[in-house]
Amino acid sequence: MASRALGAACMKSIFPTLVVLLVFGTICTGCRRTSERSVSLLGSTSIQPFAEMLAERYAKDHPGEFVEVQGGGSTAGLQATESGLVNIGMCSRSLTAKEALVFTSILIARDGLALVVNRENPVIKLSVEQVRALFAGRVTNWRDVGGKHGPIRPITREEGSGTRESFVRLVMGKERIAGRALTQESNGAVKELVKGDPAAIGYMSLGLVDKDLKAVAIDGIQPTVENVLADRYHLVRPLLFVTKGAANVAARKFIDFVLSPPGQNLLASEGLVKSQ
Amino acid sequence: MKRDKVIGAILLAVALSAITGLAIITVFIFREGVPIILRVGPRQFFLSTDWDPSLGHFGILSMMVGSLFVTVGAAVIGVVFSLSLAIVLTQFAPPGLSAALKPVIELLAGIPSVVYGFVGVVTLVPLIRQWLGGPGLSVLAASIVLGVMILPTITSIAIDALQAVPKSYLEGSIALGATRWQTVTMVLLRAARSGLVAAIILGMGRAIGETMAVIMVAGNALDVPRSLLAPVRTLTSNIALEMGYASGDHRQALFATGVTLFVIITILNTAALAISRQRAGKRRAT
Repeated sequence: MASRALGAACMKSIFPTLVVLLVFGTICTGCRRTSERSVSLLGSTSIQPFAEMLAERYAKDHPGEFVEVQGGGSTAGLQATESGLVNIGMCSRSLTAKEALVFTSILIARDGLALVVNRENPVIKLSVEQVRALFAGRVTNWRDVGGKHGPIRPITREEGSGTRESFVRLVMGKERIAGRALTQESNGAVKELVKGDPAAIGYMSLGLVDKDLKAVAIDGIQPTVENVLADRYHLVRPLLFVTKGAANVAARKFIDFVLSPPGQNLLASEGLVKSQ
Repeated sequence: MKRDKVIGAILLAVALSAITGLAIITVFIFREGVPIILRVGPRQFFLSTDWDPSLGHFGILSMMVGSLFVTVGAAVIGVVFSLSLAIVLTQFAPPGLSAALKPVIELLAGIPSVVYGFVGVVTLVPLIRQWLGGPGLSVLAASIVLGVMILPTITSIAIDALQAVPKSYLEGSIALGATRWQTVTMVLLRAARSGLVAAIILGMGRAIGETMAVIMVAGNALDVPRSLLAPVRTLTSNIALEMGYASGDHRQALFATGVTLFVIITILNTAALAISRQRAGKRRAT
């Protein structure tokens, strides 16, 4: 009897405690673990794969250091940096004048913007003017730009993507991208679509173009690292790391690694163009 | 006694905190979303198809039409298969088979939507592109994927509705010389009508709110779709696509898109609830 009463008493006192623990436990799994030795990056999905590669190499060379990389898009990266959620934002476009006042930006590499089509598409070159007409929906048949008879399906990125903003600035100018353009939310999705659809044309980071896709020459210049370095290929955008104010020690150390010869060589070997 | 009270109080607190959370979310999205609708003008916001946040154009008509098309498409596909399934499982299948099939169908509800979307992109979209034309990412693809996704919801509620029909109705019908099939179409479906309608509406509510799978297979183009094979952007995909980047008016406009969605879903759910209540009331009267 006594032991049962004791048990019940325990139950009574333990049960609310359990509930409280449970609730706080759930809340706290949402908390971010921040430590002096970890660096967090968030932003452009164009930079993300390269940043992940850098982070991996960095972690290997610096045991105990930890770099966390997330996508989300350039503008999201800036917002997260401004609110202090992450140490470094990744931004694949030039900062606007207003943004430049808030953030310190570090040019980690330059990147060509490649126009990609399906491998079966016979078109191998386009002018900037043609690309603009095509994305604005003024030209809708591949025959009109030197291809086979058939519809053109432009694929664009979502509003706020750094790749999209760079494309608009470098190619579209004042013109608007047609409403019928398919909108995909990552470079990977654009790649998948162009790979499978002979009528499609999309744009993406030169470093992400692989053998499944065909990058067309723009104004007669092949999009290659050499041509970007020599300033011959003009669809080029900056890839930036941004921080709010001065970076903390861990972040600074990671940025220094990215700008050092090993970091830059790693980026160059993946198809990007060195910052200097 | 005292322990009962303590536990009662805890459960009440948990229930209240859930409701409070819901209330806070509701107030929040309305506070964020309604001002921009008023500023742009409801007419402009709901009746314009021009969405270009960077230029300050906020018209969500094409997305509303998109959501409508995709949801109706999903409902057609979902209803045909779920009702057939529910009828077969309750009336024609041997009890062993339905006991085995029912959990399998319910298992479908547990598959994450991104998996449905991925399967759609990899298999369905190329098929549509190859055999029917267009970009493949289309109203049709989204409708099929959503139709499969809402199958478990509609099927399980429809089964409950069919099982709730009194046995005496069916026995009476059979006794009058009607065949099994005549009994199903003339007696069973009619008697269970309100329950079935509620099932369909709840399924539509789920379809209109689905996001991830739709983003992957719908193409997300901004134009109003002119055919089943045209790409389409729904209200939910618009929010999810642009949410990460939006600030200022753009962000508010996305919240306003959310308000629109909230109102539509509330109407659907209320309708479903009202219809099933009506059914319960009727049964009590007889």
